[in-house]
Amino acid sequence: MKKPSTLTENIFDSSKKTLRMLIRVLPNIFAVVLLSGLIMEFVPMNRLSEFLGGGILTDGFVGAGIGSISIGNPLVSYVLGGELLDQGVSLVAVTALLVSWVTVGSIQLPAEIQTFGARFALLRNALSFLFAILIAVLMLLTMQFLIG
Amino acid sequence: MNNRVEKQKKDKKKESPWGAYVFLLIVLLVYLVIFLFDSGRTLVALQFSFEMLKKLVPILGLVSCFMFLNNLLVKPSWVKNHVGEDSGWKGVFIAVVGGALSMGPIYVWYGILQELQEKGMRTSLIASFLYARSVKPQLLPLMVYYFGWLYALVLVVYLILFSVLNGVMTGRMMRS
Repeated sequence: MKKPSTLTENIFDSSKKTLRMLIRVLPNIFAVVLLSGLIMEFVPMNRLSEFLGGGILTDGFVGAGIGSISIGNPLVSYVLGGELLDQGVSLVAVTALLVSWVTVGSIQLPAEIQTFGARFALLRNALSFLFAILIAVLMLLTMQFLIG
Repeated sequence: MNNRVEKQKKDKKKESPWGAYVFLLIVLLVYLVIFLFDSGRTLVALQFSFEMLKKLVPILGLVSCFMFLNNLLVKPSWVKNHVGEDSGWKGVFIAVVGGALSMGPIYVWYGILQELQEKGMRTSLIASFLYARSVKPQLLPLMVYYFGWLYALVLVVYLILFSVLNGVMTGRMMRS
């Protein structure tokens, strides 16, 4: 293959590659955005507190589960988490929700599989789900230790 | 190490270019089915998606610029040195800081990460980058407002530590 030698050729070659990559990723982005719209409309976020209020691990599991299927800007998770804490939901549940909201991507999983392969995407998301629960429990212990 | 890179290249060749279109088609079919049962709410969902897409345009533009610059300036040798197999803690640092500073939804970064992976970026560092996106410096004041500075500080420390751990474990499990 002939190597591009001039700057113009390099720019042209890079533009072509970028365009090709965009064509490859845009359908995934459109699909995830459309799916997010459905979730936001059909999943009742205001009734989340009904699912929480069990033991530490149950709360962590349910919180991480809800965070995993949630989408949207993380600041929504902060507002929601703050509201849930006010309603008496445990710190473990709220932390697991906050962490899994940004680290686990069930909605974008097909896009991640398509990009990096099923093994990587499933492993990464499974680990992130477990870590959300682990961080939530560690946060509770740390906060208890620091505040008393 | 070379065998692994070769295997990754072969896997990429096997990957269907139509997968993303099939995914989009399935989502459109889901919309069509739901529309038949509840057209009003489906249109609200569609409107929400459209609004979300409008907000995404600047981020997509930024990522496209990064992709272009990556194609133009970043050579495989640079990637191998800084985030490749032998990059060590320097690579981990770059991935975690890059992830924390990256903006927009996670899926707009898949393309550029895939390109870096093709140029030799470690798989474990891709996992670390994606996990470190949970650290949001720009949203820290809001987190402090809702949960207090101590909670925010401790959580950020855990998120950074677990970004590294997530990368290490994903990398090891991918190899096994």
